[in-house]
Amino acid sequence: MTRVPTAERPLGKHEIAAYVARDIPRGAFVNLGIGRPTLVADHLPADSGVVLHTENGMLHMGPAAQGAEIDPDLINAGKIPVTEPPGAAYFHHADSFAMMRGGHLDVCVLGAFQVSAAGDLANWHTGEPDAIPAVGGAMDLAIGAKQVFVMMTLFTKTGAPKLVPDCTYPLTGRNCVDTVYTDLAVFDIAPEGVRVRETFGTTPEDLATRLDVPLLP
Amino acid sequence: MTARVCADADEAVAGIEDGSTVLVSGFGMAGMPVGLIDALVRQGARDLTVVSNNAGNGDTGLAALLAKRRVRKVVCSFPRQADSHVFDALYRAGEIELEVVPQGNLAERMRAAGAGIGAFFCPTGAGTLLAEGKETRVIDGRTHVLEYPIKGDVALVGAHRADRMGNLVYRKTARNFGPVMATAATTVIAQVREIVDTGAIDPETVVTPSIYVDRVVQEAAA
Repeated sequence: MTRVPTAERPLGKHEIAAYVARDIPRGAFVNLGIGRPTLVADHLPADSGVVLHTENGMLHMGPAAQGAEIDPDLINAGKIPVTEPPGAAYFHHADSFAMMRGGHLDVCVLGAFQVSAAGDLANWHTGEPDAIPAVGGAMDLAIGAKQVFVMMTLFTKTGAPKLVPDCTYPLTGRNCVDTVYTDLAVFDIAPEGVRVRETFGTTPEDLATRLDVPLLP
Repeated sequence: MTARVCADADEAVAGIEDGSTVLVSGFGMAGMPVGLIDALVRQGARDLTVVSNNAGNGDTGLAALLAKRRVRKVVCSFPRQADSHVFDALYRAGEIELEVVPQGNLAERMRAAGAGIGAFFCPTGAGTLLAEGKETRVIDGRTHVLEYPIKGDVALVGAHRADRMGNLVYRKTARNFGPVMATAATTVIAQVREIVDTGAIDPETVVTPSIYVDRVVQEAAA
């Protein structure tokens, strides 16, 4: 069972994942993005009833396959071999994305380079001259899921904020992010602005001095 | 006309012309018709436009076709992967064109081609680089982008099982783009692990009905 971490210090990536998991409604249909968002699955209670969608064409995806369970025909969106629990279903790509674009998924959890105060998301392309752009399903997820949760560190390794007034990286989607889970705080992106829900090892006042985004109390 | 069962992959890809648009199924290696791609390398068609989710993995399959410089342009959602070194080198050298398409648009644009839909509006990508220059319309208060079909001259589809008429069944997540691509090309060539007698596939489980399939070939034993 997930233990909600203390708020005395910044969260590690597993603790951020636990916070995200806590906010996923029971029985929700959820897509977890490639990378850190996949950690959320480890923190969902066994009886959560959450059904995971993987955009390459499966609902009720099981955990990663081990040893003899590995089947090259059964992979997730990160191309990692996974398993097929009872209740799983397969479908082709147009159906898989219709599921997403048609608003049938309750939640998707994505990583981000930047999120703006208006909920714009940048997570697919650094825009650097030698970068090879690769978008995958990110733009479809960003506009399709009923709720979009972002999981990221609040600052880059060089200390630049990732919650920004306007994204400087190429956008994935506009006005699409609902909640941002970071190592230092959880932020709700509301129509009236960015609200600090919780902080970890810092205070809203301290964050206000380190971010260029106005924070609502 | 129902499908023709081919003796081998070389017979199956015969006649693919230079300059063709070739739809290639698969997500990573799952569902990728490697035998057909290898035969296309031998067949020699060049100046191809390849539409596929990825731009090749490792050195086999699509990557081998790219390495032989047979491909002018790749249309895909996710070219950059840990093992896409063949594509990466060609792209950085300016020797291959790339059109990046959001994965859902890639699938839906081929679905539209197969279903006689002239174009469709969708919010995916609105306000991003990938919608620049495209027509938009606000529908129900939300910006939608106009997207046109992607039609293939040829589709190379990896499936699990076919009957002799060309009805196809897929297996697990290897289904991915196969059923959509099978509707969207003039000539559809399916590579399967086994060909069974007509009637041996339960009609309730057919995923790609035979009307879409032109040629079927059984995968050569590894």
